[in-house]
Amino acid sequence: MKGQLGMAGLGLAALLSMGSAASAQDADKLVINGDLEMTTRAPAPEGLPFEEVISGWHFREDETQALETDDFDNPGMLMVERGQDLWNEVQGAAGKSCASCHGEAAESMKGVGAKTPFWSAEAKRPVNLELQINQCRTERMQAEPYKFDDPDQIAMVSFVRFQSRGMPVKLDLDQGDMKAWWERGKELYYTRFGQLDFSCASCHEQNAGKYLRADYLSQGQINGFPTYRLKDATLISTHNRFKGCVRDTRAEPFQPLSDEFMALEVYVAWRGTGLAVETPAVRH
Amino acid sequence: MAANVKPRVRVPKTASKDEVIVIKTLINHEMETGLRKDKDGKIIPRQIINKFTAEFNGQKVFEADLEPAISANPYFEFSVKVPESGTMKFTWVDDNGSSYTEEQKIEVQ
Amino acid sequence: MGMHVTRRSALALGAGAAVLVGAALRSGGAEAAAEDTAKAISDLAGGKEPQAGRITLTAPEIAENGNTVPISVSVDGDLAAPDAVETVTIFAEGNPNPGVVSFHFTPLSGSAEASTRMRLAKTQNVIAVAKMRDGSVYMDKKEVKVTIGGCGG
Repeated sequence: MKGQLGMAGLGLAALLSMGSAASAQDADKLVINGDLEMTTRAPAPEGLPFEEVISGWHFREDETQALETDDFDNPGMLMVERGQDLWNEVQGAAGKSCASCHGEAAESMKGVGAKTPFWSAEAKRPVNLELQINQCRTERMQAEPYKFDDPDQIAMVSFVRFQSRGMPVKLDLDQGDMKAWWERGKELYYTRFGQLDFSCASCHEQNAGKYLRADYLSQGQINGFPTYRLKDATLISTHNRFKGCVRDTRAEPFQPLSDEFMALEVYVAWRGTGLAVETPAVRH
Repeated sequence: MAANVKPRVRVPKTASKDEVIVIKTLINHEMETGLRKDKDGKIIPRQIINKFTAEFNGQKVFEADLEPAISANPYFEFSVKVPESGTMKFTWVDDNGSSYTEEQKIEVQ
Repeated sequence: MGMHVTRRSALALGAGAAVLVGAALRSGGAEAAAEDTAKAISDLAGGKEPQAGRITLTAPEIAENGNTVPISVSVDGDLAAPDAVETVTIFAEGNPNPGVVSFHFTPLSGSAEASTRMRLAKTQNVIAVAKMRDGSVYMDKKEVKVTIGGCGG
């Protein structure tokens, strides 16, 4: 363990302490509404130094975990319900709603959130739900694109991803140039940034399961995003969380939806291969 | 915020006579404490849900007086003893004078 | 919420400590709030000394975030009885204002149990005071440690 800490850099080593048994990632099972069994541990995809990938749910205290086990108790569901309303709302000059083209989201959107980000032949790049929804808005609905992190955008993204809840994360890296984007994301994941000289891996790979001050470090999985954070009392998007992480290394973050963060999303989503989509997850 | 306030309740649809059943309620509301400042350093005025009432067939079942220390999206879980078939009525009162209501029937079998 | 104070205080702590930051974070304001709480309880109790028993307050030992802390109260006794509970009031003695919520029960409540989610500015005592129809007053108290996240995100 000492060797690992040394590799993680002095700044991080100074902040970290060993995980205690009391709140080590636990063996609890995540079952939602009494019947939806969620895969929160899965064999790690080849190329990761972990034996298994573990949902951030396991790294939280019982009280936080409980909030995700019942949709009534999960405050993130309020935004999902708002997304349902928006799905049926006509917006833009074309006089269309999402439902005009896509019908029932429960059928048409099932599985979409599990393979996100995916290759867009039109855009010739990987897109996530934010980008895909905005493309629909501008081109099919002739509506204004959502500004990043507009509450309506978060509601819509959460509603669409919710249709894949319980399905295992599985990206298709064979499409287009996905592999090149994955490589770029991987490079970013292991690049040290900021005054603290941290890479993503410094915390979420080399030190997952240890304390950073009082925060118990998870593997940094994004299978539950947008995630309801108790700290913010609302749903937080993946790129907002990326921004927060990079800022905490005392670096200047990349822009949300930039090529850098899209590449990172491709790579980080892949690191969660096999975990159930948990949107809307609940974290601290 | 106020425009989108939407209460949610979970009430069993049926009960046996005099059964004590559990009710859950949640309403989306920021519960602005009145202690925070905006970017210009000005206090953001307090705006919270200050009262919650649950009635059964017009009779008071449970009531809560809320302070700003209640979390955003106020959640309550409590119980009711159901003497007969009837209607649960829930009311949330906002600092801005609005109130939000929700009703649900319970049938005694 | 008081996150700024707590985050700064956490930085001042020795690095590498298993940082469940408790009493170390108490500032001068906390004592004043504790006094306010004591006075509020005394007002509620009509000067009587609250007794132990009959009321149980359930709260987590450790709250991962002070913004959303689940708490519940439960009071013994028949709600139709002359000594039934009328009101339970919750106080947080380390918050800027100690009042949190008052629950009013009636015979139709069936059982004197209620849960909610509350905000805690820092590690502190949460106090639940039950006032009965016969004027008697009972109290329970739990300390909740509010942890300081490593990642503001």
